[in-house]
Amino acid sequence: MADLTANLAGIVSPNPFWLASAPPTNTYGQVARAFDNGWGGAVWKTIGQPIVNVYSRYGGLDIGTQRLMGLNNIELITDRPIEDNIKEMRLLKKRYPKHALIASLMVESKREAWHEIVKRTQGETGCDGFELNFGCPHGMSERGMGAAVGQVPEYCAQIVEWVKEVSTIPVIVKLTPNVGDITYPARAAKKGGGDAISLINTINSLIGVDLDRMAPRPHVNGKGSHGGYCGPAVKPIALNMISAITTDPETAMVPISGIGGVSNWRDAAEFIALGCDNVQVCTAVMHYGFRIVEDMIDGLSHWMDEKGYETLSDFKGKAAPSVTKWENLNLNHFMRASIDHEKCVGCELCYIACEDGAHQALKLVQKGGRRLVEVKEDMCVGCNLCSLVCPVPDCISMVHVENGALDVTWKEFSAGKGKLADRPQHYTDIEE
Amino acid sequence: MSRTTPSTSTTATTATKSGVRVALPGQQVGSADVAANFADIAPPLSAGEAFAESARCLYCYDAPCTNVCPTHIDVPAFIKKIHSGNLRGAARVILDANPMGHSCARACPVEVLCEGACVMNEAEHRPIQIARLQRHATDALLERGFALFTPAPPSGKKVAVVGGGPAGLACAQELRRHGHDVVIYDAHAKPGGLNTYGIAQYKLTPEAALAEADTILKLGVTFRGNTVVGRDVAFDDLVRDHDALFIGFGLGATNQLGIPGEDKAGVIDALSFIEHLKDKPYGAYRVPDRVLVIGAGNTAVDAATQARRLGAREVAFVYRRGPDEASAYAYEMELARNDGCLFHFWATPLEVVGGAHVDGLKVKTPDGEQVLAAGMVIKAIGQEKQGTALRGFGVAVDDKGRAVVDAQRKTSRAKVWAGGDCVNGGKEIVNAAEDGKQAARAIHASFA
Ligand SMILES: Cc1cc2nc3c(=O)[nH]c(=O)nc-3n(C[C@H](O)[C@H](O)[C@H](O)COP(=O)(O)OP(=O)(O)OC[C@H]3O[C@@H](n4cnc5c(N)ncnc54)[C@H](O)[C@@H]3O)c2cc1C
Ligand SMILES: Cc1cc2nc3c(=O)[nH]c(=O)nc-3n(C[C@H](O)[C@H](O)[C@H](O)COP(=O)(O)O)c2cc1C
Ligand code: SF4
Repeated sequence: MADLTANLAGIVSPNPFWLASAPPTNTYGQVARAFDNGWGGAVWKTIGQPIVNVYSRYGGLDIGTQRLMGLNNIELITDRPIEDNIKEMRLLKKRYPKHALIASLMVESKREAWHEIVKRTQGETGCDGFELNFGCPHGMSERGMGAAVGQVPEYCAQIVEWVKEVSTIPVIVKLTPNVGDITYPARAAKKGGGDAISLINTINSLIGVDLDRMAPRPHVNGKGSHGGYCGPAVKPIALNMISAITTDPETAMVPISGIGGVSNWRDAAEFIALGCDNVQVCTAVMHYGFRIVEDMIDGLSHWMDEKGYETLSDFKGKAAPSVTKWENLNLNHFMRASIDHEKCVGCELCYIACEDGAHQALKLVQKGGRRLVEVKEDMCVGCNLCSLVCPVPDCISMVHVENGALDVTWKEFSAGKGKLADRPQHYTDIEE
Repeated sequence: MSRTTPSTSTTATTATKSGVRVALPGQQVGSADVAANFADIAPPLSAGEAFAESARCLYCYDAPCTNVCPTHIDVPAFIKKIHSGNLRGAARVILDANPMGHSCARACPVEVLCEGACVMNEAEHRPIQIARLQRHATDALLERGFALFTPAPPSGKKVAVVGGGPAGLACAQELRRHGHDVVIYDAHAKPGGLNTYGIAQYKLTPEAALAEADTILKLGVTFRGNTVVGRDVAFDDLVRDHDALFIGFGLGATNQLGIPGEDKAGVIDALSFIEHLKDKPYGAYRVPDRVLVIGAGNTAVDAATQARRLGAREVAFVYRRGPDEASAYAYEMELARNDGCLFHFWATPLEVVGGAHVDGLKVKTPDGEQVLAAGMVIKAIGQEKQGTALRGFGVAVDDKGRAVVDAQRKTSRAKVWAGGDCVNGGKEIVNAAEDGKQAARAIHASFA
């Protein structure tokens, strides 16, 4: 049986599944229930500057019948008294000494303010680490906190430094994805002395417009505000930012807690394969409850057993080296669609997708009383679109085409090296 | 496949509403037709279907499907695992709660259990196909040979199990997981009980039933077939030689009609009829053109639908009361109707007529007596309880001949537990499985 023990910058948890700082970690009762269900750790809902919340806080993005592919919120940090939060964290840590408990902090950008909350929290809660919330993109950022800090690398480094002056436990810096290049704040977090990075926090968003009220959703008495976007739909953005950090030589060795759309064990495995030490989950729990962790643990260990991985480090970062710049991709590696007519159900979605939306490389042919879709071999550029729209598993596969040409990348080719293999020409002259 | 124009092919057969191939006048159904007739009534899901169907499940909290299942399989949990690609985990959830999860996936009356309770009946008028998803996970287990359970180290305790049907097998699995030594004694040559010999062939084949039994025997259970307890082995000897006993020996023979002519050739009880047809290659077991089935319970439906599938041109039920009194599930009656079976309600059998072989059945109807022509009469009017045998084992029985047990399935006799049909008077596989599991847990607790 695989060993799922996770270690993020010295913070050890029985498994890599943590709850992200959000409503599921609001109270003692919730987190205790989560630990009983099997969660390995929890980042407490951000404490700090006192705030007041509005009513009507969340909006959902549904795709087809699937609810909450994306979730957006205009909620702020905890609205419970700091004393209550600290007391509950202390009791929780006492009852669950082996689980990771992290205090998430956000106060004004003043040295004394940060010193005070760090000292108080580590002294009174016994938590295993801090997470600095430099990510909240709404409300708090208007007051110079959250994303307002995460977007300016200098502020970011400065606050981490202040925290490190007094913290005796590991400090995780939670980054905002609302930046042009994530490597800058990541480097700043490291420069300030941060022990680990977590990302992503929510993405700036306006989830939709209520066409009857002519107001954004969710609305508060007819008015709305941009909010933070998360859930399954943001996973690709999180994965990209994580790979940018793990492939940046400056930050490659920084421990990472991966967040953003993790809903099941496969998602978690992908984050770990890109270099994360653990993952955090918010939306999936808000949708289905703490019980989802059972299959996360079960599925991950079965998969690891099947693959022969004994510990998380056996596959951590294994996919990272194959993430590279576009200019390093081999221009002479040709692929072509191949359609299994036995499996085809005849929807012809591939045909119309390629004809109207791609490279006109499929044709309809009449054969033995059936209409079939066939690949025009000299026209297919191996773009994958047909296989992506096909509703039947394994019906369209992308196969490697041997063209006899030697490998050549754009970097080499643009420097005058190598030779391109012949490729389909799609654009003919149109008569005047 | 791709786009095709539907074709109308002519063969020697015509199909009923439910797709059963029946011979045209002057023709015979061939063995290929019979094989097609006995194909799985709920065929396996493809990987794509299972993925899509599992996505439909809402993952209800405190789910009604789980609550209504007698073994309380965590249905949404296993469906979610199928969706996440964790088939082994899904199978474990199923078989941990229900050791007979393989056969239940095929033969459970889900219409009145999990699928009947699914909230999607309300939401979309179409429940999640829980049974077929369950089969998807349990079939994968057999195909890929995952070993789910490992026996605990030997406890030194020995348990004898009387009857290797669903109740006995479920009990055996649970006992082996705790490391207890288990010997099953069964009157039949092969394990599985009615799973192997009695369930309608289009739901569960003997091969599937035996594969399931094998996963349990492989845990280190000794199976002694062709051994009737009370005849070949004395029950008291078993009690003397074991630390505990479990009785799961089902029901007895089919009840007699008690009318003249019952001993004529061509009069057969439903259980023997089904056992014979399950035992023979398709097409080898021929039925006459006209078959009468006496009774209107689930067994009668199974007999009628299978007689039809074997090629009988006309199959009719004979029942002394009306359609509302029939004890078969509504969806089973529907299947019989869609198979093209006929019904003689308010018809009480008086006499089997004919020479050495049956020619017909004389019945009393509200319109007077009449003779229904038949080349075969199948009796499906219930099975005897095992009261006599149970009393012989020194176990208290109720006035209906069922063993009396407490909530832990403990009988009146020290060291002896019981479950399944011999306790409940004849329910389903899933009830037998739950009894066996609970009894095993109680036996284990009694060793502590
Ligand atoms: C025709 C028919 C169709 C059915 N269809 C379904 C269905 O579709 N779905 C469903 O869920 N349920 C169905 N059932 C009910 C289901 O088969 C039973 O509820 C279930 O098999 C009961 O399990 P059991 O272990 O108690 O008994 P059984 O399955 O009857 O097993 C008892 C075993 O004990 C053995 N035995 C008997 N006496 C002795 C003895 N003295 N010594 C040693 N061994 C002995 C027998 O050989 C047998 O193997 C059907 C029943 C019948 C009759
Ligand atoms: C309602 C809501 C409140 C949140 N509050 C906080 C917070 O107080 N502090 C914080 O660091 N992140 C907060 N987040 C962000 C989450 O911790 C997490 O980074 C984000 O939701 C992405 O993960 P997910 O896709 O699993 O939901 C909140 C998210 C939601 C939906
Ligand atoms: S009741 Fe239906 S929808 Fe709800 S969990 Fe069960 S199968 Fe899924």
